[in-house]
Amino acid sequence: MKKNFLYVIQSTSFDGIRIQEALDEIMTVAAFDQPVSLLFLDEGVYSLKRGQNPEILNLKNVVPIFDALEMYEIKLLYIEDESLKIRGLSTGDLILPVIPVSRSEIGGLLENFDVVLTG
Amino acid sequence: MLHLVQDSPTENNKLVLCIERAVPGQTILLIEEAVYGARCDSSVVAQVMKGIEVLTICALAPDLEARGILTEETLPSIRRISYEEFVDLAANSKHIHTWL
Repeated sequence: MKKNFLYVIQSTSFDGIRIQEALDEIMTVAAFDQPVSLLFLDEGVYSLKRGQNPEILNLKNVVPIFDALEMYEIKLLYIEDESLKIRGLSTGDLILPVIPVSRSEIGGLLENFDVVLTG
Repeated sequence: MLHLVQDSPTENNKLVLCIERAVPGQTILLIEEAVYGARCDSSVVAQVMKGIEVLTICALAPDLEARGILTEETLPSIRRISYEEFVDLAANSKHIHTWL
């Protein structure tokens, strides 16, 4: 039985291992042929910023994992427009193509999924 | 859909963000430190009042009482609910999301 999964990413890859753990879960869910989408909110939008060098701080670079999402057929990446704008970013500053969603639409978007998890 | 918020509105802006992200007809339940957001003189009262126009906002009564937040201190349109009502609310909501 297929269920539609949505992972909400709200932290950066510099804030503990939450994103790494979320990405592991996302890959696992996708490996079982379940449709997965991602939603980036708040600090989570920074995790898609171009030009990151986490290796300088001896931290794992999660960008290649985000790049690999497409191979796992994870194609729908939503991002909250307001979260980007308040951080002085636009979709052009990001490593992957994303679908901007306005803040007032988030509650409705969540209802479109069978399972919503926070990464 | 039921949104759960557990952080105080003076600690971070999760309650305000939740109100802005919820769509009309949805429910927000304030638990733990978030119940401070139910007070009439909280720092976010304007945003909570605006949210109440289109959303149902509840607060968990034991969490309010434990913090000494009296009924007369809370916004009248915020419903105080018991643990039993919390269970019913959760059981009757097709979607639940906790804003961590």
